[in-house]
Amino acid sequence: MPNTILIALILLLPLAGFLINGIFGRKYIGKLAGILSTLLLLASFIICLYTAYGYFYQFGMVDGIYQKIVPFEWNWLSFANGLVLKMGFLLDPLSAMMLLVVSFVSLMVHIYSLSYMKGEERFATYYAFLGLFSFSMLGLVLSSNIFQIYFFWELVGVSSYLLIGFYYDRPSAVMACKKAFIVTRFADFGFLIGILVLSYYTGSLDFQTILERLSSPESSETGMALQASFLGISALSWGLILVFIGGAGKSALFPLHIWLPDAMEGPTPVSALIHAATMVVAGVFLVARLFPVYAISGPGVLESVAWVGVISALIAALIACTQTDIKRVLAYSTMSQIGYMIFALGVSGYGGGNNGDIGLGYTASLFHLFTHALFKALLFLGAGVVIHYVHSNEIRDMGGLKKKLPVTHICFLIACLAIAGVPPFSGFFSKEEILYAAWLHEPAIFFIGLISSGITAFYMFRLYFGIFHSRTYKGHETANHAEGGPAILIPLVLLAIGAATAGFIPFGHFVSSDGKPLDMPFHLRFSLAPVLLGLTGILLAGWLYASGSDRPEKIRLALGGFYRLLYRKFYIDEIYLFVTRKFLFNIIGRAAAWTDKNVVDGLVDLLGAATRGLSVLLRGMQSGKVQQYALYFLGGALALAFLFIYVWK
Amino acid sequence: MNLSLLILIPSLTVLALLVTRNRSQVCWLSFIGSLVQIGLALALYFAFTKERAAGNSSQMLFEQTHELFRTLHIRLHFGVDGISVAMILLTSLVVAAGVLVSWKIEKMTKEFYFLLILLSLGAYGFFISLDLFVLFFFLEISVIPKYLFIGIWGSGKKQYSANKLALMLMSGSALILVGILGLYFTCGNDFDILHLSQATIPDNVQYIIFPLIFLGFGVFTALFPLHTWVPDGHSSAPTAGSMFLAGISMKLGGYGCLRVAIYLLPNGATHYATIILVLSAIAILYGAFVTMMQKDLKYINAYSSVSHVGFTLLGMGMLTQTAIVGSVMQMVSHGLMTALFFAVIGMIYDRTHTRMVNEMGGLMKVMPFISTALFIVGLCSLGLPGFSGFVAEVTILVGSWQNNDLFHRTATVAAAASIVVTAVYILRAIGQTVMGPIRNKSFEGLRDAAWNEKLAAIILIAGILTIGLMPGWLYQLLQPAAEIITSRLGLGIK
Repeated sequence: MPNTILIALILLLPLAGFLINGIFGRKYIGKLAGILSTLLLLASFIICLYTAYGYFYQFGMVDGIYQKIVPFEWNWLSFANGLVLKMGFLLDPLSAMMLLVVSFVSLMVHIYSLSYMKGEERFATYYAFLGLFSFSMLGLVLSSNIFQIYFFWELVGVSSYLLIGFYYDRPSAVMACKKAFIVTRFADFGFLIGILVLSYYTGSLDFQTILERLSSPESSETGMALQASFLGISALSWGLILVFIGGAGKSALFPLHIWLPDAMEGPTPVSALIHAATMVVAGVFLVARLFPVYAISGPGVLESVAWVGVISALIAALIACTQTDIKRVLAYSTMSQIGYMIFALGVSGYGGGNNGDIGLGYTASLFHLFTHALFKALLFLGAGVVIHYVHSNEIRDMGGLKKKLPVTHICFLIACLAIAGVPPFSGFFSKEEILYAAWLHEPAIFFIGLISSGITAFYMFRLYFGIFHSRTYKGHETANHAEGGPAILIPLVLLAIGAATAGFIPFGHFVSSDGKPLDMPFHLRFSLAPVLLGLTGILLAGWLYASGSDRPEKIRLALGGFYRLLYRKFYIDEIYLFVTRKFLFNIIGRAAAWTDKNVVDGLVDLLGAATRGLSVLLRGMQSGKVQQYALYFLGGALALAFLFIYVWK
Repeated sequence: MNLSLLILIPSLTVLALLVTRNRSQVCWLSFIGSLVQIGLALALYFAFTKERAAGNSSQMLFEQTHELFRTLHIRLHFGVDGISVAMILLTSLVVAAGVLVSWKIEKMTKEFYFLLILLSLGAYGFFISLDLFVLFFFLEISVIPKYLFIGIWGSGKKQYSANKLALMLMSGSALILVGILGLYFTCGNDFDILHLSQATIPDNVQYIIFPLIFLGFGVFTALFPLHTWVPDGHSSAPTAGSMFLAGISMKLGGYGCLRVAIYLLPNGATHYATIILVLSAIAILYGAFVTMMQKDLKYINAYSSVSHVGFTLLGMGMLTQTAIVGSVMQMVSHGLMTALFFAVIGMIYDRTHTRMVNEMGGLMKVMPFISTALFIVGLCSLGLPGFSGFVAEVTILVGSWQNNDLFHRTATVAAAASIVVTAVYILRAIGQTVMGPIRNKSFEGLRDAAWNEKLAAIILIAGILTIGLMPGWLYQLLQPAAEIITSRLGLGIK
C-alpha cells in the first residue's frame, strides 16, 4: 500500500519551500533560496517517482485492473446537508502519471532558474512562488474530492497570477496577470456552479462516489440528474458543461484562450512550467478525471468538447503562423496542442472495446499530454536561452544562432521534430494515436486535426529556421553571453532525451479509461498522411525562411486581409475588450455608480432635506410676535370647537 | 465562565483610561486591555467547546440573570451560543488591531481610546445579551460614539458623513425599538429572547413586526438600499473607526437580523424570504459593480463591503441550515478581512497622503509588508481558497443550492457570479496601487510598516488563515445554533 506520509511529503516539501522563502527569503536566505527550493523539489520528485513506481508495479493493479486508491482523507469541512469537503489523495494511473510530469518539469525549471534568474532582486520570492505553484499543482493532481480540486485549482490560478506579474513594475505584466486571473476566474465561476449541480444529485463531493453514481445509467442518481432539465438540457449535462467551462478557461481553449499569449509576460521558465507543461493541461486533467461520467452519461456533451478542442487546435495553429514574438508563437502552439488533447478525449469512449479502439482517444490524449509536457517545456527553456542571448523576443532580432548556441540548437530541433510529429520522436506517436482515434469516431474532426498538424510543422519550423538559420547573427557578443552553465544545459539535455524517446513508452499499458491495460497498435499505412503532411510543412518553412529570402513578405502581401485577420488573432481580443470596457464598465458599472450616488443616496439626502425644510417651516411659527400667537390660538380654538361640535358630536 | 467579565474588562479599561497621564500610558493600557479581552474570548471559546463536548446541549451556555427593573420585566440576562462566541472572538481581534493601528493618534488621544473601548463594550454587551431591552441598550452604546469619532477625528466631509451615519443608524434603531415593543406587548410584557421564542406569535403580528426589526438591523448591516451611510461614513472615519464600523458594527446588524428577526419570528422570515433574497442578490452584484467604478481605496472597501454583506443576508434568506452557518461565517470572515483592509488603507494613507488608486503605484517596492498585507486581504476578498472568504462563500452557496427551485437557483447563480466581478475590482485596485512603476517620486523614501502596524496586520491575518485553512472548528461551533434557528422555520431543508 502507498505510504501516506510520503505522499503528504510530495506536497509539503514545495509548500515548505514557499513558506520559508516567502517569509525569510528576502532578508535571511538570499542567494541560497534557489538551492533550498531545488533540493526540496528534488526530494519531492524522488518521492513522486517512488510512489508512481510503487503504484504501477507493486500495489496499483488488482486482478488486471488499475485501482483507484484513496490512502488518506481528512474531513475538512462537513456541511450540515451531508456533503463533505474532504482533503485527500487519490492515486490512480492518471494522478500517478501527472505526478511524474508535474514534479519532473517543475524540477527542471527549478534547476534552470538557478542560473536564468540569477541576480534577480526578488530571487527568493521567485522561488517561493515556484514552490507555491508546485504545491498547488501537485495538490490538484492528487485531489480526491471535486471541491478539493477547485481549492487547488484556484491556488494554481493565483500562483500563475503572481508569477506572470513577477516583474510587477512593468505595466504590461500587471495587465497580463490581471487578464489571466480574470478570464480563468470567469471560467471558474462555471466550474463552481457545475460542482454544485453535480454534488446536488450525487449527494457527495468525492470523485469515487460521483463516478460511481453518475456513470451507470441504471443508478437512481443518474436517472434523477438526467430527468431534471433546464432549457431543454438535462441537469447532468449542465453540470458537465459547466465543469468543462472551468477546464476550458484554465486550458486556454477557444474562446477563453485570450489570456495565454499575454501570460508570456512572466519569466520564461515560468512559461515553460505553468503555461506550457502543467497548469494549462489542468482542463484536460479535469475532463479525464470525470471521464466515465462524460463518456457514459453525457455523450452529447463530449461531442461538443471534441469540437471545442479541434476548433482551438486549428485557430491557434493558424494564428501561430503569423506571430513574430517567439514566446507568443509557442503560446499559440500550446493552445493548439491542448486542443488536440481535448478533442482526443472528446472522440473517445469508455472502456477497451474491440482492439482497444473505443477508449483509444482517452489514452492518446493523456499520452500527448505527457509527451507535450516534455517537448514544450524544452521549447520554452530553449527559447529562454535564445532570449537571454539576443535580449529580445522578436524573431527578426534573431537568426543564424546555430553556431553560437550549439546545444540549444540541437535540443530545440529535437523538440520541433517532436511537435511536428516526425518519427521516431515522441510527438509522432501520441499525435498518430489521437488522429487515429478521431478517424474512427468522426472523420470531420480527423481532417481538421490533420490539417492543423501540417500547419503545426510549418509554424514550428518557421520558428526554428528564423532563430537558428536564415542569416548570420550580427548582434553584439560578449564572453558572458554563452549558453550558460550546467544549470541551464542539464535540464535542456534531459528534456531533449525525454522528448526524443518518450514515444516508445507503452503508454496504454499504464493509463487507460477503465484501468485495464490497453494495447496501442501502430497503424503504418494510416500514419503516412500526417507524416507526409508534416514533412511538407517543414519543407515549406525551410523554403520560405531558411535562407532569409523575401518570399514570406510577398506571401504576406498576397494574403492581405486574411493575413491581417490572423495577425490580429481573429480580433477576439478586441471583441472581449469591447464587451468588458464598453459594456460592463461603461454601461453597467457607470450606471450602477450613478444610480447609487444620485438615486439611492439621493433619496436619503432628499429625506434629510425634506426634514430640514419642514423644520424651517415650523420654525417660522415661533416668531415671538404676540399677535401671531393670538391668531394661532384663535385658529386652534375655532378648529377644536368645529371638531367637537360637528365631527365628534 | 462568567460572562460579565466580558463587559467588565472594557469597563475597567475605560475607567482606568480616565486617570492616565500621557499618550504612551493610554496606548499601552488600551492595548493590554484588548489583549486581556482576546485571552478572555479564547477562554470563552475553549470553555464553550468543553461544555459542549461534555454533553451540555442547552441552547445557551453560561447563563446568568439579574433583575434590573422588575415592574417592566427588564432583566440583565446573559448567555452565549456558538454564534455569539464567534462574534465575540471577532470583536476581540478587531478591537486589538484597531488599538494598534491608532498608536500614533496625536489629537485627543485619551478621548479617542476612551470611545474606542466604549464601542467595544457596546459590542460585547450586545452579543451576550438575551434580553431585548438590554440588547437594544448596548446597540445604542455602539452608535453614539461613532458620531463623535467621525466628527472629531474624521477627514473629508466629516460633518455630513457623521450626521448621515448617526441619523440613518438612529432611524434603524427606531424601527428596531418599535419592533421590540411590539414583541413585548404581544407576548405578555416580556423582553427575554428565550421566553419570546417559546411564545406563539400570531402570523399577522409576525408579518408586521418582522420587517420592522429586519429593516432596522438591516440599516446597520448595510442592507441594500439602506447602505448609503457606509461609503461616506467609512471614508470620513479615522482608520480604527472604519475598522470598527465595518468589522463589528455591521455585524451587530447581521447578528440582530438572525437572532431577533429570523429566530423569534420564523413565519415572518419565511414570508419575506423572497424579498430578502432579491435585495441581497442585488446588493451582491450591484455593490460589486459600483466598487469597480471607485477610485478611492476606502470607497472601494466600503462598496465591496456592501457586496460581501449581501452574501450574509443571502445566506440568511435561503433559510437552510448550511446557508445560515455560512452567513455567520461570512460575518466573521468579512469582519476580519475588512478590518485588515481598512488598517492597510490607513497605513498607506499615513505615508502617501492619498487614497486615490490612480495616484499611487509601485508601493511593493517601498513597502513590501504593507503591500503583501493588501495582497492578502485582496485575495481573501475575492474568495481565494486558504482564506476565510472562500470557506464562507462556499458554505453559503452549497447551502443555497439545497433550495431546488428556479428562483433560489437564479439568486445563487447571480451571487456566485460576483466572484468574477470581485476579482476585477480587487485586481484593478491592487494592480494600480502596489504594482506597476512608482509614479510619484516622493514615494521612494517611504518606510514600511512599524511594529504596531505589523502586529495589527498579523493578528487579523492569523484570524483569516485560521478559518481559511481549518474551517471545521468554526463550522462545528456555529452549526448547533443554526440548527435551532432553522428547526423553527419548519422547512426541513438542511
